Amino acid sequence: MSGDFNIVGRSVVRQDAYAKVTGQAKFADDYKFPGMLFGVMVRTDVSHALIHSIDYSGLLDYPEVTVCDINDIRGSRKVGVVTADQPVFCYEKIVTPGDVICMLVGADESQLKLLTAKVKTELEELPLITDPEKALDPDATFIHPDKKSNLIVHYPLRKGDVEKGFHESKHVIEQKYTTPLIEHAYLEPEAVTAVPIEGRGGVRIIGSIQNPHTTRRIVAEVLNFPLTKVRVVQAELGGAFGGKDDLMNIISARAAIAAIKTRRPVKVRYTREESVVESYKRHPYIMKYKVGFNDDGIIKAMKIDILADGGAYASMSPFVTWRTVVQATGPYEIENVHTDVRAVYTNNPYTGAMRGFGSPQPIFAQESLMDEIAEIIGVSPYEIRKINGVKPGSITASGHKLRDHDVNLLSVLERAERETNFTERHKECSRSANTKFQTSQKFRGSGFILKKDEMLDNRDIIKKGIGLAVSLRGCSLGAEGIDAAAAYLSVQKDGSAYLISGLAENGQGLRTTFSIIAAEVLGISPEHIYYLEQDTGIIADSGPTVASRSTIMGGSAVKNAAEIIKKRFEEMLLTYWNIKSKDQLLFKNNRVYEQSRSISFSELCSLAYSKGLNMSAIGWFKGPSVHWDEEKGQGAAYFTYVYGCQVAEVSANLLTGEIFVDRIVAVHDPGKIINLMGAKGQVFGGVTQGAGYALWEGITTYNGNIRENNFDQILIPTSKDIGEIESIFLEGEDIYGAWGAKSLGEPTLELTAAAIANAVKNATGLRYFNLPLNPEEILLSRKLSPNDLSRGSTN
Amino acid sequence: MIRRINLTINGDKVGIDVQPSMRLLDVLREILNLTGTKEGCSIGECGACTVVINGNAVNSCLIVIGQCEGSEITTIEGLEKNGELNKLQKSFMEKGAVQCGFCTPGMIMSAYALLLKNPNPTEVEIQEAIAGNLCRCTGYKQIIEAIKSP
Ligand code: FES
Ligand code: FES
Repeated sequence: MSGDFNIVGRSVVRQDAYAKVTGQAKFADDYKFPGMLFGVMVRTDVSHALIHSIDYSGLLDYPEVTVCDINDIRGSRKVGVVTADQPVFCYEKIVTPGDVICMLVGADESQLKLLTAKVKTELEELPLITDPEKALDPDATFIHPDKKSNLIVHYPLRKGDVEKGFHESKHVIEQKYTTPLIEHAYLEPEAVTAVPIEGRGGVRIIGSIQNPHTTRRIVAEVLNFPLTKVRVVQAELGGAFGGKDDLMNIISARAAIAAIKTRRPVKVRYTREESVVESYKRHPYIMKYKVGFNDDGIIKAMKIDILADGGAYASMSPFVTWRTVVQATGPYEIENVHTDVRAVYTNNPYTGAMRGFGSPQPIFAQESLMDEIAEIIGVSPYEIRKINGVKPGSITASGHKLRDHDVNLLSVLERAERETNFTERHKECSRSANTKFQTSQKFRGSGFILKKDEMLDNRDIIKKGIGLAVSLRGCSLGAEGIDAAAAYLSVQKDGSAYLISGLAENGQGLRTTFSIIAAEVLGISPEHIYYLEQDTGIIADSGPTVASRSTIMGGSAVKNAAEIIKKRFEEMLLTYWNIKSKDQLLFKNNRVYEQSRSISFSELCSLAYSKGLNMSAIGWFKGPSVHWDEEKGQGAAYFTYVYGCQVAEVSANLLTGEIFVDRIVAVHDPGKIINLMGAKGQVFGGVTQGAGYALWEGITTYNGNIRENNFDQILIPTSKDIGEIESIFLEGEDIYGAWGAKSLGEPTLELTAAAIANAVKNATGLRYFNLPLNPEEILLSRKLSPNDLSRGSTN
Repeated sequence: MIRRINLTINGDKVGIDVQPSMRLLDVLREILNLTGTKEGCSIGECGACTVVINGNAVNSCLIVIGQCEGSEITTIEGLEKNGELNKLQKSFMEKGAVQCGFCTPGMIMSAYALLLKNPNPTEVEIQEAIAGNLCRCTGYKQIIEAIKSP
C-alpha cells in the first residue's frame, strides 16, 4: 500500500519548526497586553488543616493590590475533570502543600510576591495521611469529609476462577513492586493570561493549556458563564506530557476571576518551584502480584492487587487506574484473572494524567514477573512471552476478543529478538553475572568497603545485561470516556486551506500530522495547509488530547473532512469534464488528473469558487462503541490496540551501582505512520523519559511536602545519559484510524523502565522491585529516603 | 538606581537605562521584547535562557545586566541574517530536532557557541556542550544529529 501514498509515511518538517528555531513562536508567557496585571498565589506551610480565618489586614496599606479569593467565585467553588473536589481557592481545608488560599493581583509582580507574607491565616492542623496503605484504615481522617471515604475509585476485574487456577499450577509466586511519584518536567512552567472581552462581558484566555475545551468548561463553571462567553486560545505549548490539564484549568479560572474583577488583563505565571509544588504528577503504585504457572510455561492464574496514591485530589485517577485494570496482566492470554485496582486520597501532591496513563507501573511489575517465571521453568524471556502472548483471536483479561486489526505482539517481539540477537546474548550475560556481587553480603548493605583480598578484578566491575519488555495498549479513552473528535477544513480559492481540529497541539507535532493527512487526501503538499490557532471559539469540543488519542481520533476526523470536500470536487469535475465515473480521477502533486488531461489544484479551487461550491467541511469521527461491566471488569474495553517490544542493553558498574543504558531497540506497531520524522522523535523522546523513570526520576515527599523542587534536584535525563536508541516500525493494518494510523506517543515510554530493569537483573544477577534503579538501590538494595527506611528491595 | 548600560545586541548598539541588578533574561524579555529566550528554572539548570555573550554560551538567568557593560550579546533572534536562516536553525528543522520548541532557542545558542569555537565537534563534544540544556521532548538524538551536520 505504502507506494500509493504521496506524503504519508515520509519525513516531513514540522509546520511550526520555522517559528520555533527563530524564537518567534509565542509561548504563554510571551504574550503581553496593555494594562496587564499579575496574579500571585498565596499558600500556607501546612499539608492538612482546617481554615478558620484569613486575615488581609496586613494589606490595608496597599490599595493598589486586589485580593481574589473564595468570595469572588459566583459559580462552582470546587472543580475537577472527573470529580469536582478541588477548590479554586481553598476555604474549608488545606489538604496538600500546593493548595492556594487566595491570589494577590497588581501591576508589580515582585512586590506581590513579598506581600504574600502579609496574608495571615488561622489554621487548625489535622492528622496527616501520607501512606496510601493507611488511607483506608477505619480511623483514617477523611481528606474530603463530604466524600465519607478516602477511596477515589475501585475497579475489580474477574475472569475465570483464580483459586482453581492456582490449584492447577505447579508453581505459584508472589511479588510486590513499587514505583515513585514522577514530575512531568515540561520545560515550560505554567502561564496564562485572562483578558476581559470589552463590551461582551466575556473573557478570553491564552495560556499553556493542554485541553482548551476542558479549560473552557471549568472556567465557565467557576464564573457561572455560558460556555460561549469563555474563549480559550492555546499558546504554543512548551511540553505537557499530560500535565497541563487540571492545574491549568484552575489557574485559568483564577486569572479569569481577577480579570473580571479588575477589568484588566491578568497574567499568572509560575516559577519552576511553584509549578512543582502545585502541579499533579504520575501516580506512585504499590503492586502485589501472585501468579500460578506450570512447567510448560503456561500461566494459569494471576491475582493482582494495585494501590495508587491519588494524592489530595481525584483529578484523572479514575481514568488512569481504569487503564491499569484493563492492562494489568500485560499482553498475555490468561485463563483466570482476579484484579483489584484502587486509588486513594492522601495529603501527598495529587496525581493525574501523565504520558503512559496508568501503564508504565503495571508493565514494570508484570514484565519483571514474566522474567522470573521464565527463570523458574528454565526458558528464555523471549520464549515465555511467545508462549503466553496474545495472538489474533486471543481473549484479553477483560474478555475482549482481539480482531479487526493485525495482532502484532509476536511480530514485534520476534523482530526485536532478531535485531538484537536477544536470546543468545541474554544467556551469555546471565552466565557471567557477577556471583560475588550477588552472594556476598559485603557488597550488600553492611559496609561495602573491600578488604585487601577482596579486590575485584577490573573486568568484573562492568557487567553487561540485556532485557526486554512487551505491551499491548488500548487506543484512546476506551469505555470510560466519550470518544469523538472534530476537524474543520476550509479550502480557499487559491488552493490553500485552513485546518483545525478539536484536539490540541501539545508539542508532539499534531498540526503537522493532521496537515499531512488532509494534504494526502487532496493530493496537495502539506505546506499549502495553514493550521489555525487552537481556539474554542472556532472548533467543536473533541475531548482531551490525552491517551495518545490524537492521531487515531483527530486524524480520522481530519481525513473525514478532507474526503467530504474531495467528493464535492469530484462531483463538480464529472459535469465539468463531462465524464461518467470518478474512478479515473487522481488527486496528486497539486493537480487532478483524468486520463490525459489535468487541472492544477489552485485552478480547480478557483473554478469551484466561481461555481459557488462549498469548499469547507466539518469532519467528525466517533469511536465505535465499547462497553464495560463495572462489577466484573469485563468488556471490549478499547476499540483497538497497538503493540510494542523494547530491548534494553545496559552496563552495570558493580562498584558504584551506576547503570548506563548502552542501547535501546524499540519495535512498535503504531499502525500506519503518518510522519516518519515525527514518529522517530516520539520514540527517542519516549524512550528517554522511560529511561529516566527507570534510573533517576522520583519525587520524594516529607509530610506531603516535595523535597525536590527544581532541576538542581529533579533529575531528568540529559544529553549525556543515554546511549543509542534505534526505532523500528512494523505497521500493522487496522480498520480504524486514518489508513490505520493509531498511536505511538505513550507506548514508547511505557516499556523502557521494565526492559531496563530486566537488563539490570541479567547483568547483576539481582532482581529489583522498586523504581528507580538508582545506585543506592543497586548497591544497597534499599532507598536512602530518610522517612522510608523500610523500603527494602530484594523481597 | 538606574544606570545606562551600553551593549551590542544582535549586531545593534543599544543603550539601556536600567537597574543594574536586573537579570539579563528580564532585560531581554521585558525591556527589549526579545522573547525568544526562555525561562525554565531561573537557577541555571535548564539552559532555556542560554544566550551567547562575547562568544560564550551563558545562562541569562544568572547574569545581571550590570555585568554586561560593553558586551556583545547574540540571542536566538539574531541568528537569521537578511532573511537567511543560520545553518543550525536549518538543520534543527530538517533533522526533526524540534518538538515543543521551548528548549530550542537555548539549545541552538549553546550549539552556536560550540561551533564558533569548534567547527567540527565530535559527538561527545556536542553532548558536553548541550549537557546544560534540558529537553524533555526529543531525547536529544535528533538535536545531536542536527548539530553534527549543520
Ligand atoms: S532559566 Fe536559566 S538556566 Fe533555566
Ligand atoms: S523540544 Fe520540548 S523541551 Fe525540547
